[in-house]
Amino acid sequence: MLFSLGLIGLLVRRNLIVVLMSLEVMLNAAGLAFVVAGSRWQQADGQIVFLFILTMAATEVAIGLALVLQVYHQFKSLDADVLSEMRG
Amino acid sequence: MEVAFYIAAAVAIIATMLMLRDLNVVHALLYLIVSLLAVAVVFYVIGAPFMAALEVIIYAGAIVVLFVFVVMMLNLGEHAVAMEQRWLTPGIWIGPTALAGVLLGEVAYLAARGGAQMEAQMVAPKQVGIGLFGPYLIGVELASMLLLAGLVGAYHLGVRRRQRTEIRHARDTHERRVAPSSDVVLAGTDRPARTP
Repeated sequence: MLFSLGLIGLLVRRNLIVVLMSLEVMLNAAGLAFVVAGSRWQQADGQIVFLFILTMAATEVAIGLALVLQVYHQFKSLDADVLSEMRG
Repeated sequence: MEVAFYIAAAVAIIATMLMLRDLNVVHALLYLIVSLLAVAVVFYVIGAPFMAALEVIIYAGAIVVLFVFVVMMLNLGEHAVAMEQRWLTPGIWIGPTALAGVLLGEVAYLAARGGAQMEAQMVAPKQVGIGLFGPYLIGVELASMLLLAGLVGAYHLGVRRRQRTEIRHARDTHERRVAPSSDVVLAGTDRPARTP
């Protein structure tokens, strides 16, 4: 449920910061599923994987926000549709 | 205990929905914090208190602070104070505060009862540590390399703008036939280039 909410946010919203926040929600939901499963079957593996997800989320958000700053300086906008004019 | 779990889960989902519905980034951030705290309470209830602490510290602490920094950096200017006053009108606080109050009451109730978790399903942090430095050692090393890559990447992306300014400045001074070595110190600052 939380994951699908994050996915909806990713698809619907056009503000890049809100898109990144939705990504965080999705990663959080995946981690929650891991921890609940680990708790259900009495294994520590779920919490270990949650630690890895936490690490990856922190890295991803740092890079993503740096990219958002670059985009804002280039295009003076946070609208994701503006970026579709990029030519590789 | 299951009631506590369902209440916290409902708070998480409601907060996330309100986050998506809110058009204002700062308001959405408030709801995101509440959502993360609700997930932390869920962790606490299902018997993973260490993960709950990490969730609060890293997600609700570090990551949200990063978001707040970026929102602040993108709203520089004279009107920033007025905009902030408009964002933080008293009515804004009602929604997140109500949801956070539900969570706080729940945690207070659980703490007052003593042994708060579903004890049968408790996974101790000690087990997590043993597993982390036993079979998952390679994962820990990979996580450290990922963090290093993230650090270097974020630094590279953040520093590029200043370099571009310096290059432009060097080109301008060259076009004006100024010896580039005369004002190397001024490169990258906003001070006007000296002309001979």
